[in-house]
Amino acid sequence: MIEFLLNDELVRIEHERADLTVLNYLRDSRAMCGTKEGCASGDCGACTVVVAELNTEQASSRRLNYYSLNSCVTFLSAIHGKQLITVEHIGNTSNMHPVQQAMVDNHGSQCGFCTPGFIMSMFALYHSDKTTNTEKEATLARHHVTTALSGNLCRCTGYQPIINAALEACSNTPNDAFTANEAFTITRLIDINKNTDIGTEQLILPTTRALLKQALNKYPRARLVAGSTDLALEHTQQLNALDTLISVSHIPALSRIEQRPDKLVFGAASPLNKIHDVLTQYFPMLDEIVERFASLPIRNQATLGGNIANASPIGDMPPVMLALNANVLVDSGDSVRKIPINEFFVDYRKTKLQKNEWIDAIEVPLPESKNQIRAYKISKRFEDDISAVCAAFNLALDEKNCIKALSTGFGGLAATPIQSSLLQDSLIGKHWASKETLTLGKSILQDAFAPIDDVRASAAYRKTVVVNLWHRFWLETNTSTQQIATRVIEHA
Amino acid sequence: MRKLVEQSAVISENLHANKQVGKSKRHESATRQVCGNARYVDDMPEPSNTKYAAIGISQSTSGKISNVNLEKVRASEGVIDVITAKDVPGHVDIAPVFDGDPVLADGEIKFNGQAIFAVLADSIMNARRAALLGNIDIIETPHILDVDAAHEATRFVRPSHEMQMGDADKTMALAELTLEGSLSVGGQEHVYLEGQVSLAVPEEEDRMHVYTSSQHPSEVQKLVAEVLDIKLHKVVVDMRRMGGGFGGKETQAAQWACIAALLASRNNCAVKIRLPRQQDMMVTGKRHPFENSFKVGINNNGIIQATQVIVNGNCGHSPDLSDAIVDRAMFHADNGYYLGDSHIAGHRLQTNMVSHTAYRGFGGPQGMIMAEAIMDAIARKTGQDPLTTRLNNLYDDAKRNTTQYGMTVENNLLPDILSKLAESSDYWQRRDSIKTFNQTHAILKKGLAITPVKFGISFTAKHLNQAGALVHVYTDGSIQANHGGTEMGQGLHTKIAQITANEFGVSVDDVDVTSTRTDKVPNTSPTAASSGTDLNGKAVQNACFKIKSELAQFFASQHQAKAENVRFANNKVYVDEHCIDFVALVQQAYVGRVSLSANGFYKTPKIHYDRSTGKGRPFFYFAYGASVSEVTIDTLTGEYVVDRVDILHDVGASLNPAIDKGQIEGGFIQGMGWLTTEDLRWHEDGRLMSNNLATYKIPAIGDTPKIFNVDLYDRPNTEDSIYHSKAVGEPPFMLAISVWCALKDAISSLSNYTVDPQLDTPATAERVLNAVNDMQGGI
Repeated sequence: MIEFLLNDELVRIEHERADLTVLNYLRDSRAMCGTKEGCASGDCGACTVVVAELNTEQASSRRLNYYSLNSCVTFLSAIHGKQLITVEHIGNTSNMHPVQQAMVDNHGSQCGFCTPGFIMSMFALYHSDKTTNTEKEATLARHHVTTALSGNLCRCTGYQPIINAALEACSNTPNDAFTANEAFTITRLIDINKNTDIGTEQLILPTTRALLKQALNKYPRARLVAGSTDLALEHTQQLNALDTLISVSHIPALSRIEQRPDKLVFGAASPLNKIHDVLTQYFPMLDEIVERFASLPIRNQATLGGNIANASPIGDMPPVMLALNANVLVDSGDSVRKIPINEFFVDYRKTKLQKNEWIDAIEVPLPESKNQIRAYKISKRFEDDISAVCAAFNLALDEKNCIKALSTGFGGLAATPIQSSLLQDSLIGKHWASKETLTLGKSILQDAFAPIDDVRASAAYRKTVVVNLWHRFWLETNTSTQQIATRVIEHA
Repeated sequence: MRKLVEQSAVISENLHANKQVGKSKRHESATRQVCGNARYVDDMPEPSNTKYAAIGISQSTSGKISNVNLEKVRASEGVIDVITAKDVPGHVDIAPVFDGDPVLADGEIKFNGQAIFAVLADSIMNARRAALLGNIDIIETPHILDVDAAHEATRFVRPSHEMQMGDADKTMALAELTLEGSLSVGGQEHVYLEGQVSLAVPEEEDRMHVYTSSQHPSEVQKLVAEVLDIKLHKVVVDMRRMGGGFGGKETQAAQWACIAALLASRNNCAVKIRLPRQQDMMVTGKRHPFENSFKVGINNNGIIQATQVIVNGNCGHSPDLSDAIVDRAMFHADNGYYLGDSHIAGHRLQTNMVSHTAYRGFGGPQGMIMAEAIMDAIARKTGQDPLTTRLNNLYDDAKRNTTQYGMTVENNLLPDILSKLAESSDYWQRRDSIKTFNQTHAILKKGLAITPVKFGISFTAKHLNQAGALVHVYTDGSIQANHGGTEMGQGLHTKIAQITANEFGVSVDDVDVTSTRTDKVPNTSPTAASSGTDLNGKAVQNACFKIKSELAQFFASQHQAKAENVRFANNKVYVDEHCIDFVALVQQAYVGRVSLSANGFYKTPKIHYDRSTGKGRPFFYFAYGASVSEVTIDTLTGEYVVDRVDILHDVGASLNPAIDKGQIEGGFIQGMGWLTTEDLRWHEDGRLMSNNLATYKIPAIGDTPKIFNVDLYDRPNTEDSIYHSKAVGEPPFMLAISVWCALKDAISSLSNYTVDPQLDTPATAERVLNAVNDMQGGI
């Protein structure tokens, strides 16, 4: 059974197609048409809904986490045990929620088709922890808003009134019917989550490693699903039927995030947004690329394991993980094997993952020295876009400022996420500040890749940019040049 | 930050003291939109017998259909019916003006993605899956995708057109300096958030009721009638609101309504069709890409003496609205500048692309950008600041006030707007600091540009400049207004409600503007050309006048007063010392058998254009504006941000400052998208590659400039427009040309402002980097 709260109503589903999206469930099965379909591919946000889930802390400090997601690329597996909140529920025309009122007051809707999605993203922001009490308060508040609404496209307003509405409504401590009912909602969700026999015949929700192994054996043709942000497109865009799905999102170990002295361990089903804080705590310079990974609603769903298993040559996390020398822990249910990520990607969208194996976790070793780490993404648009080129560099220098170790990761330049071993090997021992080092790196990268021309960029641009990103890396990490401004957007 | 709206509101409120217009009333649907219960076509409760349609499309780009085998489609799960052009009882061609747009491909394939057949099934998924199963044999013929190849093959969708003032060749030859240039101007996908959708409900006998998301219900009515081979009075089209239009639902909505109606009529069931986003992007027309060139002769002060401009519109496979679109590009090749002796040529090239169509600005932007390209070229050649060049070349009140089509520019607001904006935006001081910034920054470079807009208001097809309205007053004093305009988010219904309330002296809450229906107001024009409020506002006002006149006579006669002394205000009606509540008068009038309903009509005065001479006054008036943009570019990657934008825009006496400001901000950002990230890419085999929102990038929230000051140049229109307001839908779109010019300014800084970079649009990061490298390589 799939069980969740639809707004205030307890819903139990025994039989349903595995590939039914939350959006189609709302619109077709429930005639709740406030949630709109703009693209059915997670690119516009018109279908944004909010999910409230129990946080994983102690029972005594149980709270609800509210987060936005794109209902068009979400299957029912993702809302089991949670509260699904839709635009119809948060307020009505005679008693609007503060975010709705602020949108009206600021003239934030024109054609109105994107508006429910914006309202829901703002509702999630309204209920999020916001840290605005710093000296850069105004900038940060706007940054929070643009991050929270990064997955919502509006074609009419130019966004200015929407930004104003969000700043007005979301700056204060939340105080609405949801905060008032939080304890009761928590009780109801705890009740739902007591049930261990979950899932349906088509939508398998194993809760342990053993059950996952069992499910994979029993349903050899079933697809594994975590965040579903990519898999769902096979259904919504290619119109394929996904008859049986096995979700890995209900096995607690697969969502673990561990900080050990020598490494970070990210369970494969950890959503990217939950990884963000830990990753950037150790590697603050990765903030920009994590924030430019798709949009917030996608990051709330999409997982690190999924991004790596997907093995797309234009994924944003594989180049970063390559540069960080991560290991992929692959589980068969019997044993776990460790594969260095630079051996994991075999060919275009092919990995070393065998049938009946899954990714358990990704280990990121913590460097012994203070390495220079940068990851750059180049795309047509800053937010919610796919890389034309991604380049990540991880540089260890000795006390003489000579290169001890260099690892790299590149996206958009080959059939797989890729390293440049020639660059990594050729520069060992070179003085980092020397212009020759810069030039040698440029000449190596100039010929390192044979990228393709496509809709995102030409091969020539990709080749030029990767060389120039190396130049940027050199400028940013040498003490004599690091004062030179190199980025048009500075993330907080 | 400055409180711009409030300032504007104050000015407007003084103009419209104690009135319902001139105030920032919220959008009439705002509360429903934010609560999720504003209803779009796909949200409507469906009749119980509703079935779902999908289309099968061509994967070839050009050719003849030799065989159509739809057996697999028919055999697919849930399929009820399949139709091709052969099954159309009436007209197959649903082109808006000139022939060429079959509702389903009629023997020939003209572009990749053309609809060949339509399927009806019991679910949307079954219909869409079945639509993939057609076996269509096509004998392919060579295709043409670009303007040059089309010129070479002399393929035009319509004849070329010329405009001429004086002897441009002769004056050019005498000019002290001449400059030439060319520019590739990209097209644009509309990306209305609500895709194309229609629901056709068969009614008694052969009648048809159609719900559609269309800017042109009357045309949908006509085309549905024609494909079904029934009279127009059997068809009712109902259009409550669109989830965005931008021109993309002016002609492009009709095909889906026709297909739904055809299937509904054959199967006697309600039929809904909603295009999936990717298909929507492949099968509907876009803003025309243009390939343009110019030659100007100037004197040593950079003043234009002679101008030659050639604009080449890539029209796609059929005329659609391209005749008027390329005309509008030609009408705007001057923007705000006196071109001297001029010759403008416009060509309408036929290619094997989807038929390009109306899009906010309607060719105007693609012409206007040439004027700004010319200004930049002159500035770099003469060493002037580009603002100086622009100011020097503006139309003025003396001799230099005639356009290339012979219209006199009266009441030109641009000199004042530009000087006020230069001052409020600290243009000159920022010019200095940017020069310093660029000298001290090795990698990042800043650019600054100020550009004006002068946009002609009126349909250039004269007959479209008319409108009708129908206003009812009910016995509880509530009022319903209906008109031919459609609501696509622009706030038209809000303004109409304000106008109606203002006329009757009641609150806007007492007025409801209903869905646009072809059985209430017939034979209407599309809601396009920024004309929605100008035309329909006047028509509604005219209907209000008629009802008020009846009420006034009735009330005056009760008190032996004169009808012309009756006033409607504050929910009351006054004559001399007498006063009555509006609702009381309405009730008395009803009992007294006075009509409380009237239709209204309006046609725009003064306009004419003789296409044989290329001369006339095609526009009732011009709307003006100007913007300043500041950008920062990264010379290593070509990435850039728009740091600050200041806008001063002329809306006449604003009817609703908040809505007008919304049009200006939204139009600007949409224009910025057109010139920056929105990159339409066709494969050489004719497929559209940028066919979804993952590959076609419109501005996102982070692209909104951090500093974005928008001010209304609030002064009444000298022409007799509705309450002396001005149209605001399209003109602000072109304010975004300042972003393109600022990018060029930043790149030009690499040459110490001596070289005008070649920067085709959209100016993606890749194009900017290429221009940077050209500049650095050329020094």
